[in-house]
Amino acid sequence: MSDIKKRLGEVWGWLDDRLGLSSWGELARKKDVPLHKHTVWYYLGGMTLFLFLIQVATGILLLFYYRPSAEDAYESIQFLMAEVEFGWLIRSIHAWAANLMIFTAFLHLFSVLLMKAYRAPREITWISGFMLLALAMGFGFTGYLLPWNELAYFATRVGTEIMGAVPLVGSFLGRVLKGGEDVSGATLTRFYAIHVAVLPMITAALLGLHLYLVQKHGMSIPPEVERRGGGRRSMSFAPNFLLRDLVGWLSALAIIAVLAAYFPAELGEKADPFAPAPAGIKPEWYFMFMFQTLKYLPAHILGIEGEALGIMAFMVGGALLMIVPFLDRRSGRNQPSPLFTWIGVAIIVYIIVLTILGYAANPTQ
Amino acid sequence: MMMTMGKLLRCTPALLAGFLLAPKATAQEPESSCVTCHAAFGDERLSGPVESYPNDVHAAQGFDCVACHGGDATVAGMGAMDPAAGYLGVPEGEDVLSVCGRCHSSAQFMRRYDPSLRVDQVAEYRTSVHGQRLLQQGDDRVATCSSCHPAHAIKPPSDPNSSVHPLNVAATCADCHANPEYMSPYPIPTDQHEKYLESIHWEKLSVARDLSAPTCNDCHGNHGAAPPGVSWVGNVCGQCHSVMAERFNQSFHSRIFAMLGNPGCATCHNNHEIKLADIEMLGVDEGSVCGRCHSAESRGGIVATRMRTLIDSLSLARERADSILERAENAGMEVSQAQFDLNGATTALVSARTAVHSFDVEGVREEVESGLEVAAQAWERGQEAMDDLRFRRTGLAISVGIIVLLIIGLVLKIRQLEPAGAGPSRKSAPGGEAR
Amino acid sequence: MMERGGRNEQTRRGFVNWILGTGVGGLLLAVLYPVGRYLVPPAAGESAAASVTLDITPAEVTPNSGHIFKFGSRPAILIRTPSGELRAFSAACTHLGCIVQYREDIGHIWCACHNGHFDLNGRNIQGPPPRPLDSFVVNVRGDEIVVSKTS
Repeated sequence: MSDIKKRLGEVWGWLDDRLGLSSWGELARKKDVPLHKHTVWYYLGGMTLFLFLIQVATGILLLFYYRPSAEDAYESIQFLMAEVEFGWLIRSIHAWAANLMIFTAFLHLFSVLLMKAYRAPREITWISGFMLLALAMGFGFTGYLLPWNELAYFATRVGTEIMGAVPLVGSFLGRVLKGGEDVSGATLTRFYAIHVAVLPMITAALLGLHLYLVQKHGMSIPPEVERRGGGRRSMSFAPNFLLRDLVGWLSALAIIAVLAAYFPAELGEKADPFAPAPAGIKPEWYFMFMFQTLKYLPAHILGIEGEALGIMAFMVGGALLMIVPFLDRRSGRNQPSPLFTWIGVAIIVYIIVLTILGYAANPTQ
Repeated sequence: MMMTMGKLLRCTPALLAGFLLAPKATAQEPESSCVTCHAAFGDERLSGPVESYPNDVHAAQGFDCVACHGGDATVAGMGAMDPAAGYLGVPEGEDVLSVCGRCHSSAQFMRRYDPSLRVDQVAEYRTSVHGQRLLQQGDDRVATCSSCHPAHAIKPPSDPNSSVHPLNVAATCADCHANPEYMSPYPIPTDQHEKYLESIHWEKLSVARDLSAPTCNDCHGNHGAAPPGVSWVGNVCGQCHSVMAERFNQSFHSRIFAMLGNPGCATCHNNHEIKLADIEMLGVDEGSVCGRCHSAESRGGIVATRMRTLIDSLSLARERADSILERAENAGMEVSQAQFDLNGATTALVSARTAVHSFDVEGVREEVESGLEVAAQAWERGQEAMDDLRFRRTGLAISVGIIVLLIIGLVLKIRQLEPAGAGPSRKSAPGGEAR
Repeated sequence: MMERGGRNEQTRRGFVNWILGTGVGGLLLAVLYPVGRYLVPPAAGESAAASVTLDITPAEVTPNSGHIFKFGSRPAILIRTPSGELRAFSAACTHLGCIVQYREDIGHIWCACHNGHFDLNGRNIQGPPPRPLDSFVVNVRGDEIVVSKTS
């Protein structure tokens, strides 16, 4: 027994000499997490990371059977679902974890926004996180088309058309994205390349930066807590926080497994570019608030196309949100900044209300 | 108006000189005096043929008025219609046959235009009920060639505008046959068209646009039109429904129906109002056709009930297997082989329904049993797939159990690390640097 | 509590570690088992929805004969014409969906249910079938017959 321990110790020492493992351990041990009533929000980032790792793993597995062409895509998924053992499970987990990941990413973003955790020196952490959320939505948009089924096909047509309404560069961008004038087999191949190569590469780089910054600056204590003199207490990251993190991750895994088993991802009908669009085409839920807003806009506002204006507004709004660390001067000076709290709350309410309206709307109207 | 008047004037022989000097309407074709004059008359009866004839199939082949009506179109005015020049006028009754038959009965002549066209129409017509009434009884109310192929507007049957296109045949026949007033001298009903419009054949023809579905002439013949005899109505239906007709002909029903004067197939399926033959027709219950003659207790009634029970059992078994396979498929199970095999049960079911026409329980039983076996196997496969699905759920339960166990372990571990009351906190670094 | 016995504490610690070890092992199994099964190629090899490789060799299909095979979950028929050409059609009769067969004696495709006849191009030539049979593309790759849908 002790012999084995000794051996293991030797191996450890050998590796440590070469890889510097103990300094990593030291980092983890030194790191600690502030304890206060908002500590629970700190788990969301880790949760999103965990879900992203599930996406990477199941995504790689799906690549073993998926064929990115208009002729084969649908059939290959059909084959995966029906003939490949546990194919249904892998695909369903990929679909469910994707939705949960975007959901937790949204929660993470808004919790950070409301806790003003973007204050100096964490501006770049915020910006990289915001970009990661945009990338996640890009993953969702491109991945939705890949099964090449009817619903995805028409949702993508609508989505790319909306993009085409962007003034000046819209039609060009739309054409580059679609690989032609219309959504076709060429679009599928492009989306595939973006989904499995371009986005993962950018995400990996940004995620690395994001994690490095989180490690470098540690967790931010909300100014409100700080002002009240709280935040003195903390728990160590390893093992206390990490073990709690693991509990969360395992719970998420169990939930995803149950969802995948009882509500497996559907496939529907194969896309037929010449078929009339079915009623009630809806985008993925995380695009719904934008989709629904565009529906409410009049055709023309001040002589500009309503849709184009709406998209511009979302782009400007997104950009403003991204640079919020530089706009919120008061928080930067550690002063109360209720204006930005209210803006954050307003955005959350807006998204929730528009999303509900989008799902409640009569599809025939 | 001035133009019309001028043309009219030109038709009088006195103004012959003026006509010769007048410019030709078309440079290429020599103008026919028939067309010139008839077009000028305001009377629809005279101008109508000239107006519609250019779209006639005969005009397209280069035939002019003279080809049928005789006379001389190069002579202007009434002189063109000189009987001495072979002018026939409007052919009526028997004359129509000779006018059309002159060309259409000559194989030598017709092959210059359409070698595949038959040349026995007139000969057939003479054998038809129409022809016999016309030729033997001098009845001029019956249909002749031009009744169905309207003179001056004749189009080939392939033309959708033709009166004899499959979609239009029924309406063409109905022109006379559905007119009670016109048909009053004849002792036959006038509701055939009405009934036909209710039939599965018309539905196939008009809704599905399946032009091979039968209309009037497919059963009655066209040029040799006659009601099929009682004994050979089966041959008419058997042209398409050959397996049923064959089975029926070999059955005792065929002989008994002939003896009783029952019209074969039409006894159960009607003649014009032929509905989709559903399973309700079989048996002795309300709405069945067997029950019309056979009581439930009679031998025939018992046979009918047995056949119905057998077929019902197969369609039930097939549906059961189909539904379990569909459920399994929707749940993501691989059942395509079983679904493929189940096609055999469909074949057996259709064959069993065909076998009914032999009125022999054993024949039906044979088909049904082979189908039942296939359906039972498919159902078993579906059942296995559902069991497998349950196994999946068990697998899920085990996995979730493991995860829950791990979570409990982790919670216990956390408790160990942080004895009750102490909490997870550790003292912050002195000074509590601002973060 | 601490005084009550380090021994008690020891067993509890051991128990928790046992749970954790077993849990981690079980979780690994629960993840690796499906993934392993997923990676094992399924029997069908590849998607049969658009094309299928038959389990007979071209040599086994003699001229003037037919062979029913499975195309996805639908029946299909492979025939070799008397002149030696291979052709494939959907084997579901367009009338009521019975499975058709090749009749050597009359040299074309025939449906027994209602005596429907199809020629060697799948065209309905006699009897009740309203439409021709759907045709497929047949390719011979060495010793394999591959039937695929027309693109």
